[in-house]
Amino acid sequence: MNRARKSWFGEWWWTMDRLLLTAFLVLMGAGAVMSFAASPAVAARIGLDPSHFTIRHMAYLLPALLVILATSMLSPKQVRRVCLGLFIVFLAALAATLFIGVEIKGARRWIHLPVVGSFQPSEFLKPAFVVLVAWLMSERMTRPDVPGNLMAGGLLVIVAGLLVQQPDFGQTMLVVGVWVAMFFVASMPWIWVLVIGAGGAGLLGSAYLTLPHVASRINRFLSGTGDTYQTDVALEAISRGGWFGRGPGEGTVKRILPDSHTDFIFAVTAEEFGIIVCIVVVLLFGLVLMRGLWHALKVDDPFCRVAVTGLVTLFGFQSAINMAVNLHLVPAKGMTLPFISYGGSSMIAVAFSMGLVLALTRRRPRVASMRAYEPARPALAAPVSGQPA
Amino acid sequence: MSGEVQKEQAGPRQLTLDGIHKRRLDKGRSRIVIAMVLFFGIYAVIAGRLVQLALYPEQRVARVVNNDTAAVVRPDVLDRNGVILATDVRQPSLFAEPRRIIDADEAAELLAETIPSLNVRELREKLASGRGFVWLKREISPAERAAVHRLGLPGIGFTDENRRVYPNGRTASHLIGHVNVDNQGIAGLERWVDAHRQLQPTMARGTSERPEPVRLALDLRVQHAVHAELTDAMHRYRAIAAAGVVMDARTGEIVSMVSLPDYDPNDPREALLPDRINRVTTGTFELGSTMKSFTAAMALDSGRFSMADRIDARSAIQVGGFSINDFRGQHRWLDFTEAFTYSSNIASARMALALGVQQHQEFLRRFRFFDRLRTELPESAEPQYPRQWVPVSTATISYGHGMTVAPLQAVQGGAALVNGGLLIRPTFLARTEAEAREDAVQIIRPQTSVHMRTLFRANVERGTARRADAEGFDVGGKTGTSEKVVNGVYAKDKRLTSFLAAFPMHSPRYIVFVMLDEPQAVPETNGAATAGLNAAPTAGRIIARIGPLLGVQPRMDRLASAAR
Repeated sequence: MNRARKSWFGEWWWTMDRLLLTAFLVLMGAGAVMSFAASPAVAARIGLDPSHFTIRHMAYLLPALLVILATSMLSPKQVRRVCLGLFIVFLAALAATLFIGVEIKGARRWIHLPVVGSFQPSEFLKPAFVVLVAWLMSERMTRPDVPGNLMAGGLLVIVAGLLVQQPDFGQTMLVVGVWVAMFFVASMPWIWVLVIGAGGAGLLGSAYLTLPHVASRINRFLSGTGDTYQTDVALEAISRGGWFGRGPGEGTVKRILPDSHTDFIFAVTAEEFGIIVCIVVVLLFGLVLMRGLWHALKVDDPFCRVAVTGLVTLFGFQSAINMAVNLHLVPAKGMTLPFISYGGSSMIAVAFSMGLVLALTRRRPRVASMRAYEPARPALAAPVSGQPA
Repeated sequence: MSGEVQKEQAGPRQLTLDGIHKRRLDKGRSRIVIAMVLFFGIYAVIAGRLVQLALYPEQRVARVVNNDTAAVVRPDVLDRNGVILATDVRQPSLFAEPRRIIDADEAAELLAETIPSLNVRELREKLASGRGFVWLKREISPAERAAVHRLGLPGIGFTDENRRVYPNGRTASHLIGHVNVDNQGIAGLERWVDAHRQLQPTMARGTSERPEPVRLALDLRVQHAVHAELTDAMHRYRAIAAAGVVMDARTGEIVSMVSLPDYDPNDPREALLPDRINRVTTGTFELGSTMKSFTAAMALDSGRFSMADRIDARSAIQVGGFSINDFRGQHRWLDFTEAFTYSSNIASARMALALGVQQHQEFLRRFRFFDRLRTELPESAEPQYPRQWVPVSTATISYGHGMTVAPLQAVQGGAALVNGGLLIRPTFLARTEAEAREDAVQIIRPQTSVHMRTLFRANVERGTARRADAEGFDVGGKTGTSEKVVNGVYAKDKRLTSFLAAFPMHSPRYIVFVMLDEPQAVPETNGAATAGLNAAPTAGRIIARIGPLLGVQPRMDRLASAAR
């Protein structure tokens, strides 16, 4: 490949962060291998063909890969447009779940469509939401006359409100957490940090006091008594695995572990492949997080900075909560492990959101990006900002 | 947007113009660094926890139940003298690997012919299921094993499993508990073993090494004596249930615990019947006058009453619209000892009311009568007491009505009354006196305990418990007869009798508790059915049998026959 010649493909390939792309591909591959370990037990338990989930998992890998690559080719402008469109579509779909959604385990989170099959709108809504919020917050930074923060807050209220209605408290927490992280990076004043921190603590406290199931879950976590079956079994699986695991297919605890192919795949991985492999997985997630935030640090464009922070934080929160639940570090909360857990919506949505990260972190000429955001005073800004102090 | 001009010292003579925009960007940068540090910390904690689990595996799931797991190896359970109470024996179990079966129909027919207890249709379903492993019959006999072996069917095999055996049958059923078919403890001490010992599955076990046995405080000889005497008493007094406890007053070790009716842990199906609960730990009862012991102790311990005091029991007293009267009314002033030996309700109520509700509650709380007593046995029950504690509650509770406790709680309290005032948590495991003292709490003054011994002994010498006087063993104790509550009212004809005793009273070593549920008036008891006529003599017979076993020397000066 000739780096001097600026072909369309070469431009895309050489400006993209190939380290991140490699990390994503490795995670997807690891997820495929782990699905061989975790899915047959679940499928057998609910009376399906043992390879039911594994085959589906494989089948989603190709579209996921295409989505990552295609998304990574977008320019920031296109990113905003695509996400605006997706946000409108999936916000409508999310609202529709309340009326036509399929009820599974007491919550309406799924929509069933002919041809497409069933999907979970909230998974796709999350990355689009993050990008729109980043857009609004960065507009506020460059043009104070736009009430960007207020509008970003409005979006949060709408999305969180719909998620609570489903009800899906895990996703609500996630969305609120990511919004706060973005606001934080978009130079939120420290007084707001304190206010939001106090508000969050207050909300948690009142949820503990008023919602009995929240209280019982937290009590069970703290006291270690009562029905902590799932986390106990997960810990048992991890402990049995030891450093090197019991070998592929040799796990036994997975047979009795509910949701072993989604929420508790990490524990199954530990039992069969060992804790060393789990640590490698943690390192991969950590690598994505650090690399993504490093990009956010380097990039000058405020939109890219806030959006990348949001997308990476979403990914980081979700993976950290999932692993911490498996390790009994936090109270049980259903959350999938990005790229690894079984689930078509989740897989495609995570691929889309990481594709966005690749797109927004591509190297671009600096001046161009500065111009794009400071059209008001090109004469003053352009000559001096070439040489920052 | 207003630009700002700033001079910077960094470069030599370099003028830099920074906008709000740029400052915001820089501020944003430091914020991102903070986020990076936070996430780094989170992932470091996760990785650290993984390392911790690798180094120190947690085995908290003893209750994982899976039909296809192999039975685990359990430690032997021994009594305090090393006699085996529970052990494992090897027995073959029959399994199939359906994937390797060639002709499921033929195999099913042949197996059903060989072992008639197997159902052909079920067999066919299992063998044709295509699964990797399935149990056909657990615990078959060597003859059946040989017969199936001769069939020479591929995909059918045997594995030796551990089966739990209780050589003493019913003798200690409620105490030891039992296991399920996978050799997992599901009741009694067996369940405690699962929670506190790391049990290894049979298949993972390379050698025939056995885990360290569990040594109990139980003395099988004493247990047998108590079991035999209570069984006899149940028949003799036509009671529907009986319970008995022998506890070491200095160590809290439970030397014997019996609850009748019981079951055979080798075949624990009966254990599910509702009347087979462990009445000592899982039942709570109004123990009636037995609880007056605690009222008397409270009165003496408070300093407001002394052994020399006299108490007005001339007539019934009125409390909150209730009239409290005596069963054996003397209608006169009673001295303190008489109030105890005549078991006067009026005197007990007067003592408790004189001290007041607050002090009464505080005293009972010291004895942990308001808390569930937790021991090694998983079965326990919450005591019940009035939410609205009014003076009339204090009055009735002073003579044992209006509050229920588990019998073992009364035993724990009874030990404190006579052992010098130490509340020692009861245990089913062997323990030394020094270990017991570590978590013992002084709850009454030693002098009060001395007085209580005098009162208990006086009650056996000349009070309601005369029939408990096992010669030479210096028995002391307090009887109690309460009417059972049926449909919310006290039933005159359904009684619960109990006797809380200790011996030898000059230096109490063992607490003996006997309880009979709905004993009937029989000719032997002169047409009455109070505790002094059934529970007390039962305890007397028990003490006469177990005293020598426990190495308590009968004092010759206390032998009535020697004096004569």
